[in-house]
Amino acid sequence: MTHQLAPGADWQPSDVQRERDEWRRRRTVRSAVIAAVSTLLLLGTLAGAVVGSPGWERVQETYFDWDKAVSSFPAVLEGLWLNIRVMVVCWVLILVLSLTVAIVRTVRGPVAFPLRMLGTAYVDVFRGLPLLLVIFLLGFGGPALSLQGLPTSPLFWGGAALVLSYSAYVAEVFRAGIESVHPSQRLAGRSLGLSYGQTLRHVVLPQAWRRVIPPLMNDLVSLQKDSGLIAVLGVSDAIRRAQIETALDFNYTPYVVAGVLFCCLTIPMARLTDRYARKKGYHGAGGHL
Amino acid sequence: MSELLRLEGVRKSFGDNVVLRDVDLAVEPGQCVVLIGASGSGKSTLLRCVNLLEVVDDGVITFDGRDITDPRVDGDEVRARMGMVFQAYNLFPHLDVIGNVTLALRLVHGVGADEARTRGLAMLDRVGLAEKAAARPDDLSGGQQQRVAIARALVANPRLMLLDEVTSALDPELVGEVLDLLGELKAEGVTMLLNTHEMGFARDVADQVCFLHDGRVHEQGPPGQVIDDPQEARTRAFLSRIRA
Repeated sequence: MTHQLAPGADWQPSDVQRERDEWRRRRTVRSAVIAAVSTLLLLGTLAGAVVGSPGWERVQETYFDWDKAVSSFPAVLEGLWLNIRVMVVCWVLILVLSLTVAIVRTVRGPVAFPLRMLGTAYVDVFRGLPLLLVIFLLGFGGPALSLQGLPTSPLFWGGAALVLSYSAYVAEVFRAGIESVHPSQRLAGRSLGLSYGQTLRHVVLPQAWRRVIPPLMNDLVSLQKDSGLIAVLGVSDAIRRAQIETALDFNYTPYVVAGVLFCCLTIPMARLTDRYARKKGYHGAGGHL
Repeated sequence: MSELLRLEGVRKSFGDNVVLRDVDLAVEPGQCVVLIGASGSGKSTLLRCVNLLEVVDDGVITFDGRDITDPRVDGDEVRARMGMVFQAYNLFPHLDVIGNVTLALRLVHGVGADEARTRGLAMLDRVGLAEKAAARPDDLSGGQQQRVAIARALVANPRLMLLDEVTSALDPELVGEVLDLLGELKAEGVTMLLNTHEMGFARDVADQVCFLHDGRVHEQGPPGQVIDDPQEARTRAFLSRIRA
């Protein structure tokens, strides 16, 4: 951005510009050195405080036992595979349910009032309830209903709790996206003779979708780790498997293993989200409309 | 009944703000009718009422011999036979130029993808933008965007074109390319109802000029009369303000 003109053959930076560039370079180097030293100092102090604490040896034995980590790894990894499957299936269902709720909540006119009411009530209730509570209620109450045709497995009901709880949040993300599309876009669609539904499908939703991808990915990252909460129903996911391994000898290392594995899932996802959002920052989906 | 469009006693208000009080207006096939008037005089609202984007409070709008203000009329079907162009272009930023132009052909007029593309490209060629078919609207200049918007509205051969301040958002040097295009369309026999502040354009192209004030058509007639020799004091006052 410094030079508007491409540095062609006919252009050599002037002395003033050379002096400026040199000053900027020196300042960048100095800043980098200061940042690096202070970060190392801070991390070193923290590490020293933890390692130097009186109980460190005990903690190290209980939480960071290499042999225990290696021995528990296969079981925890197997559990994580279940988390991944739960996450993928739930995410698809969440997208469908939440988009439906969001569309229902944005439909205008008195005819749609009961539907809007229902959508609003659903979103209010399920955003208000703690996820763990929903998992307990559905996980133990759902099977007790003995409904015809529905499985009684805790995996099914735990997944249902995740879908219901998350869809309430994701519906609000979709709704924000739909409402962020300028009304003039709807007008343009309708003026061409497109129906309400066609305008929604071909004009509003494609634009809304692009805008909400970063927050949606954020919710997906969140779902990845919250899928571990269904462990409380006894589903043998990564956390539950770690718990079982821990119960053998009261060594908590398997929990750390599970934690590291969850991070291995979520951190790449978070970086991907960041990259996507940054790209969108440069190439806005909507321009000024 | 030779008119393509007739407004009788049209009233439209937003809350307490009565924008159109009692509007009578007629557009004959092939005519170009230009609405002039101060900001807030209801020019844009009038166009939106004709396009059924707003529901009138009272009065009758007859289009092609049918009362389109009747609530039993299918608004989508009526809008499909009109073309509307907006001040801020309102192109669809997620579609490329050809996608913008062919969307309604495919969805509303049941034209197959290949034929829609052929017709869309021909229309883009007509507005001088054939080479921009694959471009994104955001990558075009304002004048180019507005010409795409005109192509999008025109591609399905509407009976009537409604143009709402189509040059107001453009840089002065881009206004000409859009006005030239409108002049050509008029010469080809396209029926147009538009509002503008470009008095030179109104004088050259319009068959009828209507001065809108206080929700009514205050003065109406050929441009030589309304613009150059206004009979009403209000019209004179308005014209002297925009010329100042």
